[in-house]
Amino acid sequence: MQNRVISKKDLAGFVDDLIKTKAAGEVIGIKAKDDKFNFGTLKNAAELRLDYDIALLPPKKYFFPQIETVLKYEFGATPKVEPVVDDKAMCLVGVHPFDIRGILLFDAVYGGANPDANLLMKRRNSTIIGVDCLTPNPKSFAASMGTAVTDEGFDLMLTDIGGDYFVTVGTTKGDSLIKKAKTRDATPADQEKRDKVRKDTLKKYQVTLKMKADEIPALLDANWESKVFNDKAATCFSCGSCVMVCPTCVCFDVQDDPALNLKGGERYRRWDGCMLTEFAKVASGENFREHKEQRFRHRMYRKGKYLLERYKYLGCVGCGRCAIACLAQIASPAETFNLIKEGK
Amino acid sequence: MVMQLSAKQSLHLPRIAELIRVEALSDREKVFEFKFDDGKELGQMPGQFVEISIFGVGEAPISVTSSPTHKGSFELAVRATGSVTNKLHTLDKGAKVGIRGPFGNGFPIQTLKGKDILFVAGGIGLFPLRSLINYVLDNRKDFGEVNTLFGCRSPQERLFIGQLAEWNSCKDMCFLETVDRCADDSWSGNVGVITTLFPKVSFDPAKTYAIVVGPPIMYRFVIAECLKKGLADDHIIMSLERRMKCGVGKCGHCQINGLYCCQEGPVFTYAQVKSLKEAV
Repeated sequence: MQNRVISKKDLAGFVDDLIKTKAAGEVIGIKAKDDKFNFGTLKNAAELRLDYDIALLPPKKYFFPQIETVLKYEFGATPKVEPVVDDKAMCLVGVHPFDIRGILLFDAVYGGANPDANLLMKRRNSTIIGVDCLTPNPKSFAASMGTAVTDEGFDLMLTDIGGDYFVTVGTTKGDSLIKKAKTRDATPADQEKRDKVRKDTLKKYQVTLKMKADEIPALLDANWESKVFNDKAATCFSCGSCVMVCPTCVCFDVQDDPALNLKGGERYRRWDGCMLTEFAKVASGENFREHKEQRFRHRMYRKGKYLLERYKYLGCVGCGRCAIACLAQIASPAETFNLIKEGK
Repeated sequence: MVMQLSAKQSLHLPRIAELIRVEALSDREKVFEFKFDDGKELGQMPGQFVEISIFGVGEAPISVTSSPTHKGSFELAVRATGSVTNKLHTLDKGAKVGIRGPFGNGFPIQTLKGKDILFVAGGIGLFPLRSLINYVLDNRKDFGEVNTLFGCRSPQERLFIGQLAEWNSCKDMCFLETVDRCADDSWSGNVGVITTLFPKVSFDPAKTYAIVVGPPIMYRFVIAECLKKGLADDHIIMSLERRMKCGVGKCGHCQINGLYCCQEGPVFTYAQVKSLKEAV
């Protein structure tokens, strides 16, 4: 597939066309929210802020909503139960590479042996137009995690190469969409520009891991008893902010919600996370991770080891959202891994 | 990503089953017998569990206590503890519930075939183990010597009393029972924790697998006893409890280190458990 170059003006036209024609479904893009950024439905291309540092919440919420109804039922002698799957087509514009890696982890978790219709049907009907992150957030360490750039998981990937955007075409779906826009074929010189922009950006990340990302599992293996977990967890509020903003936190709770008329109800799943006090508690009262240092350690092992071993993707993409959200300033996996590495 | 899926394949969609029998086992525990409206079998292996739904209340993971050799229906023995199980205890014959599953790995039947077995059940650990004990008794020629040890806290907490009497008079296995303590003369049997039964049974550790199910505290002492008797780590098999909310390896609640209890478990060998720091 031929990579393209598109001017900023024509990109705006392309996005406006996507919004108008709904060729790829509802268009969701990165927009300003006060002095921060978040994903939301785009009314027009002018709202799009491809120069952003980080979205408040990762785009996973479009495939794995905070609260998602999975069943509807009517009470009665024999209850009537219907599965609920909302799989409307969506086009996400402006997804950073590390967030795309997060979505790929979701694909692995929710696919596999027991494929989950709720997530996979949304994914099947989605289009992802990524954008390389040229202004990393000060807390981000995606460069160290190898997720600042991705060569998979997108239909189109935009890179700001000065006046224009380089368009890396990832799929035939992306190819047929961009063909409708006014573009020109990318030349080897354009591609060199893209590669240089990407390389230069890696140097802008302020937080770095003091090891290679693939050394984290062995580091954790050797340091189950590390006092870093206790030191860090000492000031943890168990508020769950870190897991609620994380693009790779995949866990949920399941709850029933009877309707006010008591004729039926819904079952929904909602985001849940291992840093919350009752996550591993069973009905008898036993809590298998009762103490906050146990929960803190579990989260670090999820991020640095468990998910990688299970799904081939590291459970941390280095976005830095947890570090931004954490009131106690203890949440950054990079910081914990570095402290363990330094033997502190 | 290209996968033909439809809402009908939702992992959350239960099958409807009818409660056809309820029997109180104690003040806190009842056994519920269900059959599916569609007439199909549950198709479980001993040691597997289901997610039972009471619509409007929620879902709870419950091990299947009946053996798959029992056809046409299945039994769940349940202690009233949380919102779902307390609601379940109020249901009468004819009530409809949702069932998902069976889930989990179950006991390793193929490994156990031809081997001697030592069953060790503590309290309601008997519920999942009963499925396997009855499976073994119903396929008796496939297994070697069978010893079964059951312990509970007091005579009042004995469960499946009719079944225990059957096992006690059963010539196909040696069955021993104890209670931790007994304040009155209502009990003439063994008194003492379950490990006090170990000197009363003899088995060949090389040919024997111990299947141990009980509260976490029991595992510590029973495993030590098994090791003392010369059982190898991978000849000690246990079933662990966790909060298995989804049953399909997604929701994350049942993780033991990097494993999902609902997928790789709930049955683990002691050899596996030893390497899992969060297991016991």
